[in-house]
Amino acid sequence: MTVTSPSSGLHDPRSAAGRAGDKIFSGTALTAGIVILAILAFVAVYLVVESIPALTAGEGELSHGKTSFWSYVWPMMIGTVIASAIALLIATPVSIGVALFISHYAPKRVSQAFGYVIDLLAAIPSVVYGAWGMAFLGPLLVPIYAWLSENAGWIPLFSGGYSQTGRTLFTASVVLAVMILPIITSLCREIFVQTPKLHEEAALALGATRWEMIKMSVLPFARAGIVSAIMLGLGRALGETMAVTLVLSPGALSANIINVGNQTIPSEIALNFPEAFGMRQHELIAAGLVLFVITLAVNMIARWIVSRHKEFSGAN
Amino acid sequence: MKKLRFAQSAAVLSVAAIALTACGGSNNPTTEASGSAGGGAASEVTGTLSGGGASSQEAAMTAWADGFSSVAPEATVQYNPVGSGSGREGFLAGQYSFAGSDAAMDAEELESSKEVCGPDGAFHIPAYISPVAVAFNLEGVDTLNLDAETIAGIFAGKITAWNAPEIAEQNPDAELPETPITVVHRSDSSGTTENFTDYLTAAAPENWTYDVVEDWPQEIVADNAQGTAGVVGLVSSTDGAITYADASAVGSLGTVAVKVGEEYVPYSAEAAAKAVENASPVEGAAENDMAVELDRNTTEAGTYPIVLVSYHIYCNAYEDQETADLVKAFAEYVVSEEGQSTAEGSAGNAPISEAIREKALESIGGIGVQG
Amino acid sequence: MTQVLQENRENIGKSKLIQGRKPRWTWIACLAGSLIVASAIMAVVGFNVAGWAVLTALFYVVSNYAVTRIMENGRKATDQLWTNLVVGAFLVALLPLISVVWTVLSIGLPGLLAPGFLASDMTGITGAVDQASVEDGTAILGGVKHALIGSLVMTLGATAISVPIGLLTSIYLVEYSRGGTFSRAITFFVDVMTGIPSIVAGLFAAGLMLTLVGPGDNVMGFTAVIALSVLMIPVVVRSTEEMLRVVPNELREASYALGVRKWRTILKVVIPTAISGIASGVTLAIARVIGETAPILVTAGVAVSTNWNLAKDWMMSLPVYIYRQMMFPTAPAAPDASEQRAWAAALVLIIIVMLLNLTARFIAKAFAPKKTGR
Repeated sequence: MTVTSPSSGLHDPRSAAGRAGDKIFSGTALTAGIVILAILAFVAVYLVVESIPALTAGEGELSHGKTSFWSYVWPMMIGTVIASAIALLIATPVSIGVALFISHYAPKRVSQAFGYVIDLLAAIPSVVYGAWGMAFLGPLLVPIYAWLSENAGWIPLFSGGYSQTGRTLFTASVVLAVMILPIITSLCREIFVQTPKLHEEAALALGATRWEMIKMSVLPFARAGIVSAIMLGLGRALGETMAVTLVLSPGALSANIINVGNQTIPSEIALNFPEAFGMRQHELIAAGLVLFVITLAVNMIARWIVSRHKEFSGAN
Repeated sequence: MKKLRFAQSAAVLSVAAIALTACGGSNNPTTEASGSAGGGAASEVTGTLSGGGASSQEAAMTAWADGFSSVAPEATVQYNPVGSGSGREGFLAGQYSFAGSDAAMDAEELESSKEVCGPDGAFHIPAYISPVAVAFNLEGVDTLNLDAETIAGIFAGKITAWNAPEIAEQNPDAELPETPITVVHRSDSSGTTENFTDYLTAAAPENWTYDVVEDWPQEIVADNAQGTAGVVGLVSSTDGAITYADASAVGSLGTVAVKVGEEYVPYSAEAAAKAVENASPVEGAAENDMAVELDRNTTEAGTYPIVLVSYHIYCNAYEDQETADLVKAFAEYVVSEEGQSTAEGSAGNAPISEAIREKALESIGGIGVQG
Repeated sequence: MTQVLQENRENIGKSKLIQGRKPRWTWIACLAGSLIVASAIMAVVGFNVAGWAVLTALFYVVSNYAVTRIMENGRKATDQLWTNLVVGAFLVALLPLISVVWTVLSIGLPGLLAPGFLASDMTGITGAVDQASVEDGTAILGGVKHALIGSLVMTLGATAISVPIGLLTSIYLVEYSRGGTFSRAITFFVDVMTGIPSIVAGLFAAGLMLTLVGPGDNVMGFTAVIALSVLMIPVVVRSTEEMLRVVPNELREASYALGVRKWRTILKVVIPTAISGIASGVTLAIARVIGETAPILVTAGVAVSTNWNLAKDWMMSLPVYIYRQMMFPTAPAAPDASEQRAWAAALVLIIIVMLLNLTARFIAKAFAPKKTGR
């Protein structure tokens, strides 16, 4: 019984076509990597060259009489990180839950439809999320802010009054959480369903409950993927422009997240870039560079976490 | 699986159905053939003219581009509302043939304009004039009389309730509630903010100590929103809110009549145009440059001092005859009576006065070819 | 003893397997109990729907846990608790998402159904036209044809560039690299790329094309394609890489053991196994860039008429259209017309992505191996 015809490249290790194919394939894959590096080098050079004037500017040269670039960008760095952190805190548990629901809890027939719906939600443009947050979510949260301000005012986060319009950093964070939820969910779900069936069945056969099975086989297997998914979500949250721009009433840095104030870097760029000129433009691009560095740092931390759990990855 | 496939085909079908109903055919109004006013010279130009800049002019520019295509059917005008700063930069880089800008170019920019425009550089035309209304949302009150110091006090957060004595004194007839004042300002950099704070700085030096700024000063904690539509929307939905916005967009909100000299002047197209007419030219500007310095402190009767002037910036000389002709025709159309009234009908701005038009036409007439 | 016997007698006819199990209707009882308790508390402190729902959910989860713990055992109770939490997460997630979709549908549908909305562009639509139609109450004119075509052409362009590059790079990272410096550099810089603010990508593309083709001509669809690709590539690489990594090594080894070349293994075994995840990742990447506003504004400009040509003249896109119409209405005195068009355009955008997603899924299904429990 011949399995294949001998002329098939598929099963003949010595065929010239096969070897050439291998070379060509690995070559193109390598080229693609090089192309990415080249693009990035261009972007990096562009960013750095455009930011240098702002980074090196002394007192008096910057717009609005700011003393140094760092005193300008520092409050916004904090604002960006806080907004994204709150968004992640809200979105991560919920999206892992949703992903688990779709992959392991929902009836097979409907789970695919749910997955599809979640994917679609990632497609809603951020302008729409922004408009929704501005018109619907903000006013909805005002009573909660009033309550928090009254009953939890001793916590610095809620002290010092609350916004009548709901256009606060916290509202912006909630909108960001809603935006990144589909992204994290979608990737987590894909990872969860890739869990080897054997592991799952082995756990169940030993008498594990469904949750124990998930804890023992699914989550360890998916850990790297979850971190990766969260980081993609975080990347979106950090860089999100339009939604924050529409939802937040920016102002000076303050610990109070339920009143107007605070600002994120992308929103600052989007709001001011159109009218910017000369030094102001360099300042904003330099702020973009800072955002870039923040994202990079966050990603490196994530990579480090993932690398500590490499043994769970299928390809290793 | 079967169910899913059914759902998918249902989705496709419903989309197709929507597409069919929506595709009943184009509903674009057909451009009327030229023939009315406008002049024969303009109708012969051809080509595409690209401009970019201030978004304040977007509505008017849409009307101008459309109106110009009925005067000169062979020509098209496209305008990228990237913002004044980016517009000027694009103009200086040669990307745009003209720029729209809420602020005049400074000396440095004028100097660098010589690179693209030849030795005579560029010049400004005040093509878009719009009063900036101080608009508020207060139950039962449609108009208020306020002087500059009071307005500044409100926006600086020093006057916090609508029944404050400063407001009540000037409005004996109005029934002022106790409602707290919610100040709403623009969150984006904008020419409107710049013009408004310019007025406050000049006319209310005591209560306004934050200078002329494009971005609202961070020291004042207040609500804000992006864009004219944003602030107007926020004020409309918040009782007791006040903002400053392009007058064409304030809709049904109450507005402030501003004290000029001894009387209170409500915003109007004529009062705004008058402010520009009485303005003095920027110091050291070229003969044909019409960049102006508005007199915010004016005491002249019937003048509304909070005015946004948005310029068109053109080159004195273009690289080829075709572009020069095209720019000339468009610029002439914009300042013409027809152009200004078309814009007014669409954008609600104030048409420029006859005196400004004459001077502008003279300046535009000087556009030539380099070399 | 007699009691046990009696219980046993009662259980005659039931399987021993379900002994020590709570009856099936427990959850209904818990829910009803929680509802009553929550209503009672709400009646005391003042009723509001949100508080009522939250309290009910809380009591339900707790009581369900307690009941299971008493009637069954601790492990079952933990399992029950997590099941409730997972389902709860799903329900919580649905709330805002339904709200967003409902907002878009309810405001956008009338605009979308306006005659000729998809077949018209904005040629000849000025503020005066809008004002007239709002005042007279006639149908609002104008449409999204130009933005629709612009968005489709530019996004497809960006996809055509990004997906091959991204896919090949992740193949290199997962299959070929052996953790060397070069692959670490790529991983590192892909991470860096995810952090590029979108406006910066736009400025970069505009600057690049400015030096390549000169001022004036650089504002075109293709410039936007470059900007979008810069944003899209890292998303494609990261999601695809993850999907390739979870393909079990046993499959690869089985293939090698049959003497199959590496590239054929990748093409015929690895990619088909991961194709559904890859398709999902690509859809996400498309979704990410099709909604971008800022980079398209600075690279492709703003147009009112239809343009199919990526390499010449300005182009409109749906997000730019939505943003401009919403924030800068065509008629400042009658913003309702622009708002209606904006929401309708948002609905169109969502439908497009839905269709793209469907296509991706069909492609994935065509290539995916038959699923028979690995």
